[in-house]
Amino acid sequence: MGSTNSTLSKIPNVEELVQETGFTPAHIVRLYDRFEALDKEKTGHLRPQDFGAINRLAINPIGDRIIGAFFSPGQETVDFHSFVRILAHFRPADKKRPKDPSMPEPVNSRTSKLKFAFQLYDQDKDGKISRAELLQVLRSMLEMQVTEEQLESIADRTIQEADLDTDDAISFEEFRKVPPGGALRLTYQHGALTQIRFIIVKNYVRFDNGKQAMKGNRYLKFTLPC
Amino acid sequence: MKWNRLRGAELNFNPFDNLLCILLGISFTVWFTLLLVFIIVPAIFGVSFGIRQLYMKTLLKIFEWATHRIERGAKDNNHLLYKPYSNGDGSNRDLDHASEFEMSDIFYFCRQGVESIMDDEVTKRFSAEELESWNLLTRSNYNFQHISLRLTVLWGLGVVIRYGFLLPLRVTLAFTGVGLLVVLTSIIGFLPNGRMKNFLSEQVHLMCYRICVRALTAIITYHDSENKPKNGGICVANHTSPIDVIILASDGCYAMVGQIHGGLMGVIQKSMVKACPHIWFERSEVKDRHLVAKRLSDHVEDKTKLPILIFPEGTCINNTSVMMFKKGSFEIGSTVYPVAIKYDPRFGDAFWNSSQFGMVNYLLRMMSSWAIVCSVWYLPPMTREEGEDAVQFANRVKAAIARQGGLVDLLWDGGLKRGKVKDTFKEEQQKLYSKMLTNLGSLR
Repeated sequence: MGSTNSTLSKIPNVEELVQETGFTPAHIVRLYDRFEALDKEKTGHLRPQDFGAINRLAINPIGDRIIGAFFSPGQETVDFHSFVRILAHFRPADKKRPKDPSMPEPVNSRTSKLKFAFQLYDQDKDGKISRAELLQVLRSMLEMQVTEEQLESIADRTIQEADLDTDDAISFEEFRKVPPGGALRLTYQHGALTQIRFIIVKNYVRFDNGKQAMKGNRYLKFTLPC
Repeated sequence: MKWNRLRGAELNFNPFDNLLCILLGISFTVWFTLLLVFIIVPAIFGVSFGIRQLYMKTLLKIFEWATHRIERGAKDNNHLLYKPYSNGDGSNRDLDHASEFEMSDIFYFCRQGVESIMDDEVTKRFSAEELESWNLLTRSNYNFQHISLRLTVLWGLGVVIRYGFLLPLRVTLAFTGVGLLVVLTSIIGFLPNGRMKNFLSEQVHLMCYRICVRALTAIITYHDSENKPKNGGICVANHTSPIDVIILASDGCYAMVGQIHGGLMGVIQKSMVKACPHIWFERSEVKDRHLVAKRLSDHVEDKTKLPILIFPEGTCINNTSVMMFKKGSFEIGSTVYPVAIKYDPRFGDAFWNSSQFGMVNYLLRMMSSWAIVCSVWYLPPMTREEGEDAVQFANRVKAAIARQGGLVDLLWDGGLKRGKVKDTFKEEQQKLYSKMLTNLGSLR
């Protein structure tokens, strides 16, 4: 680990990255250090196995899907630029940005974030979440803990509620509407990339060692240390 | 004529030569005497002049000033500083319940996943701890670029002092300490077994370790010495670097456990075992767990032998957390004396990242840091209770050590530095999530 300047000079096309993603140079340096730490064999690219070495990701029920989101279809490696671009989805959205239909959607807008989540479900990338894909996600999140019938009934109910054009699948537009008022808000602390906080409205799960949970505030704040 | 000129030439050089030699001789003697009086003699008797405490306080003041200057400089230039440990650890589990599955439940796992990609608790433990302030060593410098001339001069001065003055001093001491250890223990080995031998060997070991401690300029504070390990017990401690051994052994006598190495280490090991019984294993014997357990329990049952020193994590962790303890040493069934060691990273990072640098490089870094400051807590002895198996006992001891040392208690395996995770952990996550839904009626 050296000083910021020496690391910055090692990264090609930093200006372009800053423009595209909105990260500051200091943040990019931090991400570069992380990239290098994951890239144990120093090839300059990450492969799925490098992500697999992160233990908390390995025990995550949808860990494989998250890893898959970093790799474009057909590609087996991800370079630093793509790595940063994907992570840029989780930057806070710029609320003051005027809605300009002629400008391309910035990477961290609400729509882009929802699209990212949509793609976690829609593995075959046909633009719709089919019943089978929904079942797959449910199965990874619940595995041995529930029976197949229970899984199917959850899937049926969810599709019933969300599917407005009754084609037995959930399109992106329908997905956007699903959590009414739900929002993925990410905020920074001042100065350095010290935390990224998720604020999800309405949906949350209590993991309290299985004890009974209290119903209460609907806001859920997460902090992501950086 | 010629003869006169030659004499003249000789006369010109002689006084200088003599003067130089005399000066060198004097300074060498003075230096050595100082060394002897201030360092070696106190080491023999175990007293201290308090020089190191003063040194530590002065250094701290300088570091504070340096950091202050850097932060001010950064603000002036509008640079963003990277702060490693700002409020909030990502696993904020303050969640309210969901009555049923929603499409956006995936956000929770997604968040966790991306969070761990950015920074996860385990890999963080295997690289050196990041400091909030700068201690004038470029090796702990992440944010700090050239801010002012004064700071650079100070840093340069620091380099000169560390490499020009402290390093040679320390290297001399280290050689003295190790040399004395080898020679004296070999001599003691010739004595017949008995109380005299044990007493002498204890004294010799203590003295040599104290010299080594001074060779590293280690400033150690021992807490709760009444709980020091006694004969027939096992001492367990968290592991950060090979220096842990020197730190613990300079305050009490232990029987070491380890593999026989070749080279210098091997010589030291062989001579140590002549003076008092340590447990050294051949490489082939290490794999045989029964043999290991048997030798350990034999040693422990003999009440005249010294307590065993073991590091159950199995590998060096960076001293911000305690990882899973291997259950082998907890199966033996004798009293366990836990010890917590916490290093203060502001003066020099003692963590040995064995994949990054080898032993010699590591020692060089240690000896060119400012100092190694640490605290040692002796915790009250623990024994395995009824109905508790080795793993639970190990976890109990680990929790006590983590609590005392202010370290994070992780259930991850130190072996994960090189290996992978077991599937049981994934099932735990799924179990928790499903319990949520089942409890609240979604799965009926």
